[in-house]
Amino acid sequence: MTTTTAPPTPPGAHLPEHPDFLWRNPEPKRAYDVVIVGGGGHGLATAHYLARNHGITNVAVLEKGWLAGGNMARNTTLIRSNYLWDESAGIYEHALKLWEGLEEDLGYPILFSQRGVLNLAHTEQDVRDSVRRVEANRLNGVDAEWLGPDEVAKVCPIVNVSDDIRYPVQGATFQPRAGIAKHDYVAWGFARRADEAGIDLIQHCEVTGFTTDGDRVIGLRTTRGDIACGTVALCAAGHTSVLLDELGIPAPLQSHPLQALVSELLEPVHPTIVMSNAVHVYVSQAHKGELVMGAGIDAPTGYGQRGSFSIIERQMAAAVELFPVFARAHLLRSWAGVVDVTPDASPIIGCTPYDNVVLNCGWGTGGFKATPGLGWCLAHTTAHGEPHPLVAPFGLDRFSTGALVDEHGAAAVAH
Amino acid sequence: MQLITCPWCGPREETEFHYGGAATVPYPADPAALGDDAWARFVFVRPNPKGPATEQWSHAAGCRRWFTAVRDTRTHRFLATVDIQPEVPR
Repeated sequence: MTTTTAPPTPPGAHLPEHPDFLWRNPEPKRAYDVVIVGGGGHGLATAHYLARNHGITNVAVLEKGWLAGGNMARNTTLIRSNYLWDESAGIYEHALKLWEGLEEDLGYPILFSQRGVLNLAHTEQDVRDSVRRVEANRLNGVDAEWLGPDEVAKVCPIVNVSDDIRYPVQGATFQPRAGIAKHDYVAWGFARRADEAGIDLIQHCEVTGFTTDGDRVIGLRTTRGDIACGTVALCAAGHTSVLLDELGIPAPLQSHPLQALVSELLEPVHPTIVMSNAVHVYVSQAHKGELVMGAGIDAPTGYGQRGSFSIIERQMAAAVELFPVFARAHLLRSWAGVVDVTPDASPIIGCTPYDNVVLNCGWGTGGFKATPGLGWCLAHTTAHGEPHPLVAPFGLDRFSTGALVDEHGAAAVAH
Repeated sequence: MQLITCPWCGPREETEFHYGGAATVPYPADPAALGDDAWARFVFVRPNPKGPATEQWSHAAGCRRWFTAVRDTRTHRFLATVDIQPEVPR
């Protein structure tokens, strides 16, 4: 007597099919017209706009880890353009306008939510600086208003605006068009578009050196073989110094840990973004419900993607003072990224002593908000060999000429 | 909480210390002779190594003395802390 048994099925066979990959994982070719070093937000956005605006698609994006797994996965996703100086307003407002149309451009949801940002003032000097910044923003076409403590409480009822805290809230600047977005979706949207255009996104491919010929870089040495290049665009954020040291280009960058943290998932309690430079914390509530908080860098330099607990402790003290309702929230996890900080808290973008190497670095604690604007302008810079007008003020030469773009007031603590 | 060994006080919590940047930046011997690029390099450019870095630290909440430390920036581990080098040109 024989019995028939059904063939064994692998575990999980009854589950739906895996979704399609959003991009190929190609083997690197031996040569490209453009090689972008760094597969984070800036590198991927640059790749997208190279294809979209300039028709340049023989491009590789080299990423030493996995796509968008560095600072793009670690930032706190705040998007705003309320910087003081004309140069900064130009690039950040360009970025904000692109954010406003990015879902349509990428054909991908990015959960961009324009819920506004409050930058709190706690002292007389804070008030003067903040009002000045509001006026400067308006002159540059950036939406901004000055709110007194009562108006702050209307925008965000959970902020403690009473007089009985150590640094009472004296008012705040408010940019209604500021917001948050889902950082992973942003990266995946750019990556998918770049891949569709034929650009090779190459992961686990670390650049270990450069082959130079006079004033040109003719090739990159990588952990996946040598790759010849027409133009190189460096988008390596906290690891830029490692690459520039290989090229012998001195740059005023210091790589610091920048920590952030989230609470467990909570009911919607926080309708906007609140930042406080003086009390040293900033908070938003993500779509899922976790409170997302950050503050300043750890003072010592470090490439370790971890920071000191004392920084988190101070940040929590500030958060609980400003938001008494958070006192019983639990910290779910904290992490750190490596951010490249410049002396004037503005990025370094533009040409280098090498004819075919363009540089994008120094975004410090606030590169995410600039992602589409920077990608647009760096693609232009890469395609034309000279800086896009919006990034021209941010060249490496400003440290010799003295034309610094000092944004410590708008940028120093938090983004 | 990391412990840092002060050359005079021994191991103390890191919150007692103040980071003072790279320890390897001599003041220019002839400042008036520097061009803009060289001056910018002295004012703004500091080593930013991924690996051992020679740094100045101060035991700010202790003996308040400065010392030189060698620290691995990949792990944040202190490899050595020694009395500050007295080679300040005057």
